[in-house]
Amino acid sequence: MTDIPASSRLAGAPRSESAVSDIRSGLSRRKSAQTRLKIYGIVAIVFALTMLGILVGSVVSTSIPAWTQTQVRLDVTVPDDETPNYRSLVNDSLVAAFPQAERDRAALRRFTGILSNGAQFWLRDELQASGAAPGSTVSIWLPVSDPFEQLYEGVISPSTPENRRPLNDQQIADFQSLQQQDRIRSVFDWGLITNADSRFPELAGLKGGLIGSAFLMLVCLCVSVPVGVGAAVYLEEFAPKNKFTDFIEINVNNLAAVPSIVFGLLGLALFLGFLGMPRSAPLVGGLVLAIMTLPTIIITTRAALKAVPPSIREAARGIGASEMQVIAQHVLPLALPGILTGVIIGLAQAIGETAPLLLIGMNAFVTSAPTSMLEASTTLPTQIYIWFDSPERGFVARTSAAICVLLIVLSVMNLFAIVLRRRFERRW
Amino acid sequence: MMENVSFATAGAHARAPEMPVKMFGRKVEVFYGQKQALHGVDLEIPERQVTALIGPSGCGKSTFLRCLNRMNDTVAIARVVGDIRLDGEDIYDKSIDVVELRARVGMVFQKPNPFPKSIFENVAYGPRIHGLFKNKAHLQEIVETSLKRAGLFEEVKDRLDEPGTGLSGGQQQRLCIARAIAVSPEVILMDEPCSALDPIATATVEELIDELKQNYTIVIVTHSMQQAARVSQRTAMFHLGRIVEVGPTEKMFSNPDDKRTQDYITGRFG
Ligand SMILES: Nc1ncnc2c1ncn2[C@@H]1O[C@H](COP(=O)(O)OP(=O)(O)OP(=O)(O)O)[C@@H](O)[C@H]1O
Ligand SMILES: [Mg+2]
Repeated sequence: MTDIPASSRLAGAPRSESAVSDIRSGLSRRKSAQTRLKIYGIVAIVFALTMLGILVGSVVSTSIPAWTQTQVRLDVTVPDDETPNYRSLVNDSLVAAFPQAERDRAALRRFTGILSNGAQFWLRDELQASGAAPGSTVSIWLPVSDPFEQLYEGVISPSTPENRRPLNDQQIADFQSLQQQDRIRSVFDWGLITNADSRFPELAGLKGGLIGSAFLMLVCLCVSVPVGVGAAVYLEEFAPKNKFTDFIEINVNNLAAVPSIVFGLLGLALFLGFLGMPRSAPLVGGLVLAIMTLPTIIITTRAALKAVPPSIREAARGIGASEMQVIAQHVLPLALPGILTGVIIGLAQAIGETAPLLLIGMNAFVTSAPTSMLEASTTLPTQIYIWFDSPERGFVARTSAAICVLLIVLSVMNLFAIVLRRRFERRW
Repeated sequence: MMENVSFATAGAHARAPEMPVKMFGRKVEVFYGQKQALHGVDLEIPERQVTALIGPSGCGKSTFLRCLNRMNDTVAIARVVGDIRLDGEDIYDKSIDVVELRARVGMVFQKPNPFPKSIFENVAYGPRIHGLFKNKAHLQEIVETSLKRAGLFEEVKDRLDEPGTGLSGGQQQRLCIARAIAVSPEVILMDEPCSALDPIATATVEELIDELKQNYTIVIVTHSMQQAARVSQRTAMFHLGRIVEVGPTEKMFSNPDDKRTQDYITGRFG
């Protein structure tokens, strides 16, 4: 029995000893192959998670100084002037805190240097908001300038040799005396989100970028979803299958692989050059991103439509639903979770897109948040680019903080996608 | 051309004499691309009777059935030639709207395919799209009678708003039948309606078909000879895209003329 080769055994014949042992030895091989595959998978995941951890960890740790703002308390006498000179008001208040600066102009300059260059505007806003009566004295917290903020946060250490740090011993002593007077505090910096861009890192915020990105997303959504879903429904449900539609299909897939900067060139030529739309406007940025996300939405929507079981179409047709009703009442609702996921993936891709926006000038320095689609504006990613490119040290932390905000926005969008999916899938 | 409905098919056995012809097909040929699936099929379907289509797998039963309500229209490569008439009207005529045709000729599929909606909505869908109800109460009544006729009402009356996909296979198939009869079709086509069901559910559906024939003309494709014998009054035997024999079920099963029918019925091929 055992000398019969395994291959020549008749089907259905009783298994010989050797067949069983063949299967056994094969079993352990199969099992170890499975274990190996599992280990590869785990190693790959650990690798990916480690990289992600390093990335997020480094970004978050560099961003820490940007989340807080170090402030100095000054006692300000409210002027009765209609248009007061806030610069001298700041100086007067400094002199009140440091009597020795009264006659010593060099010392006064040193003390002014502790405050942010934007302190006078801050003071103006605070005073106007407080509505204190003229002549009264109010305590106001003003932001310190960037090097002092870093001193307070320990980025600059007094123990490094004087010639190797941006602050000299005298400046550090000044700051420490303020600390002894309890005039220094550190608070969470809402300005990072509520301020627009600024030349001064301690005052620069993401409001412009956030609102700009929101406008962009709105335009992108309003253009790419109807066009993309419409195109996908036509291609999938109505288009005849011929050479021409094959050609379109190939091109849609190619379009998805076109580098994003090319879409920026298209936007530059088409919207700015040919249609004469304003530079840096969210409308233009949104349109460029819409064209860019279109292939993603078309491809995912087609996949979602394909995944709808044919039996549902047959059922609807079988009781006399028109082709339109089959699609609108059965196929689209069932494909909706898939379509939504595609849309959100497309938008999440678009919101982080930088290169095409640089080409249409969305990296302009704009110190106020846009209030309309046609006003010059930045976006989150271009704001990151602008800050990264700025020489001031304070922008390093600001850049990382902006990246964190972008990552948070992205995570929220993805979470939203998951929740939407669940909701629509759980219907039955 | 053939305006006269009650013609006699040469060589075919007489149908149950008192029933007029509801639908008939003459010289029906169907091509899937280059491949011909039906070669000139002639068949009459008497009104308010059950006509069974039997034959080995791949012989064109489903293809013929799907011609009767133009479901083949949606198969891009399918081409239908010949004459198929419903009450003397050519259903492939340009003046015929498939939507209306499918409301008159309903279909129940092999695999139960309820919509992923509530039981109520499943049945109400047809009346809704065809505007067959006057008000909400009327719609409710339609749904209720349809479910009752499909023998499902007692089992689901307390959970009409639960998903139709949550029912058992047999219940789902009866829900599909209720959905089909809710638009009051004249003809119901059933393509192996019991092949996914267990014997008990099959028996329920068979009883139901027997009930339904009082009001509807039914064409059923089946692989079960017993089922054909139990539910149908007339049987057509398909083989390789042709009808080899058609006649009263009783005669087909007791004394078939054709050797192939005899072999198929007795299980010698198929
Ligand atoms: N959509 C299609 N495209 C191409 N060929 C098809 C298609 N549908 C059916 N056919 C072919 O037509 C012939 C008849 O098929 P049909 O489905 O009508 O057979 P059937 O009698 O219903 O078989 P079964 O009992 O297995 O359901 C078969 O040869 C089949 O391969
Ligand atoms: Mg079939």
